[in-house]
Amino acid sequence: MAKILVFTELHGTHVKGVTLEILGKLSGHTVEIATIGKFPTEAATELAKFGAAKIHSLAGANLDKYSPEGYSNALHGFISKGAYDYVFAGATSLGKDLLPRLATKFDAGMASEVTNFTMEGDKFFGTRPLFAGKCFAKVELSGPKPHFVTVRPNALGLNPNPTSGAAAASDSTVDAGAMKAIIQEILKGASEKLDLTEANIIVSGGRAMKEAANFKILDELANVIGATVGASRAAVDSGFAPHAMQVGQTGKTVAPTLYIACGISGAIQHLAGMRTSKVIVAINTDPDAPIFTKADYGIVGDLFQIVPLLTQEFKNLLGK
Amino acid sequence: MNIYVCVKQVPDTETKIIPNADGTFIETGSIKWIMNPYDEFAVEQALLVQAANAGSTVTVLRVGSVKDTEALRTAMAMGADDAFLVEAADNLDSYSIAKALKGAISKSGKNPDLILTGKQAIDDDCLQVPQILATMLDIPSVSVVVEYSGSTTDIVVKREIEGGALEVYGVKLPAMIACNKGINTPRYASLPGIMKAKKKPLVVLSLAEVSVVESDRRVKYSHFQLPPEKPSGKKFDATDSAKMGGVVKEVVGLLRTEAKVI
Repeated sequence: MAKILVFTELHGTHVKGVTLEILGKLSGHTVEIATIGKFPTEAATELAKFGAAKIHSLAGANLDKYSPEGYSNALHGFISKGAYDYVFAGATSLGKDLLPRLATKFDAGMASEVTNFTMEGDKFFGTRPLFAGKCFAKVELSGPKPHFVTVRPNALGLNPNPTSGAAAASDSTVDAGAMKAIIQEILKGASEKLDLTEANIIVSGGRAMKEAANFKILDELANVIGATVGASRAAVDSGFAPHAMQVGQTGKTVAPTLYIACGISGAIQHLAGMRTSKVIVAINTDPDAPIFTKADYGIVGDLFQIVPLLTQEFKNLLGK
Repeated sequence: MNIYVCVKQVPDTETKIIPNADGTFIETGSIKWIMNPYDEFAVEQALLVQAANAGSTVTVLRVGSVKDTEALRTAMAMGADDAFLVEAADNLDSYSIAKALKGAISKSGKNPDLILTGKQAIDDDCLQVPQILATMLDIPSVSVVVEYSGSTTDIVVKREIEGGALEVYGVKLPAMIACNKGINTPRYASLPGIMKAKKKPLVVLSLAEVSVVESDRRVKYSHFQLPPEKPSGKKFDATDSAKMGGVVKEVVGLLRTEAKVI
């Protein structure tokens, strides 16, 4: 049995959903959780339900905001004392930036953004997409321990029957050390919604949206069903949407429960970025568009007519 | 300033990826190789910084198979001064690649003031090398950068995070910056640039010369395979406005009762 640490970010009073996914998957192992900051009661309760043995709240100067050096110095110090075999984190913006730095401080290896894994005894076997999901491979780690792993949000799903844990609270002081890249401020993005990489539902628009202003009809649909709005490369390159919204090989790879593609033909690099979505709905005027080969429900028609009807129908269904 | 750019050569985004027979990697025979798209932003940024700071040099580094040097020649045709290629298999892991890049920088005989690269390579999508190399060199680094400004000693960069929010960092050089789309618009190589690039120095090194050995490998891949094909779905004709409402009603119903996602 391996000794495992899962690093988590806090999101209001909760931990990130991917943390609970990882924890549920590691049922049967001794798993401790660490965060920079103080675990709120709600978060501690969730972590106990999903099997955390111990939860570490870490505090120190200059750690109120993420910084690459501050976080990696602080966690390097903390992890060094724990004799962990593995350190996991979600493949969030922070996790993807931080874990390679930490791994290198231990001279250790790291598996990026796995979509599934098993532990056989204390050995990790992961599966991860390469070439933006055009193929998959098994991944194993070797070299000094601990080994590091990030897990793609929404890929594992929540364990429906987790074994609960004690979630014994522990407080530690950590040292951010010297920093040469100093965070000055955080500028808010256009969207306060869940990021595409974490969203449960995505509504995406393609070249057929014709202009930026037309994304309004996607926003309206998204608001009704709690979705995040995305775009194809064609739409981004045409200036209809910012790159932060791009889904595909040179944008974000996503795995929502429901993906609604509006006026997207389905170029190979777009399909690569969204094909692991659980259910795909496609709306396109061209009955031969490649997107229909990946769609569970294809609607051949004009998105400017279909999307408002969809919005109304979802409103009726959800009683909004 | 001594400016370095790390580039990778990857299959074109239109490439259909096919696992090789023993599943250890992909079929590389008929692939069209291009410079990793995110690395183009890094080359452009290097040239912009060079233009703003007289006397600066831009050196391009690549670790990969020697058979095709497209990425390095493209970078030099865009304007980079010289190049180092560390000859290695195309499926080396991130730790070994970073160690090889560190070795190549050391072999170049100069101390870097600024190292630029793309935020990720679109082949293995690991997003590891910039952070590993910076940690190995003990210099600060910021990844997923969409804005860059500054002097020869201090820069300000903006890093994109969830939802398009931006973290603003003040960074002391030397530093490593990993670029995202949006930081600039990469120039095209001009014909004279392409001709000149052929005469620019390209030094080829072996992994042994940069002290990378097999035991540096931290990540091992196997069982490359295509994702499972989805069974074909249901398709509805809603081109006739009389049928449209019914189709939408049916699909929404199916999303609840059959797919159970709403």
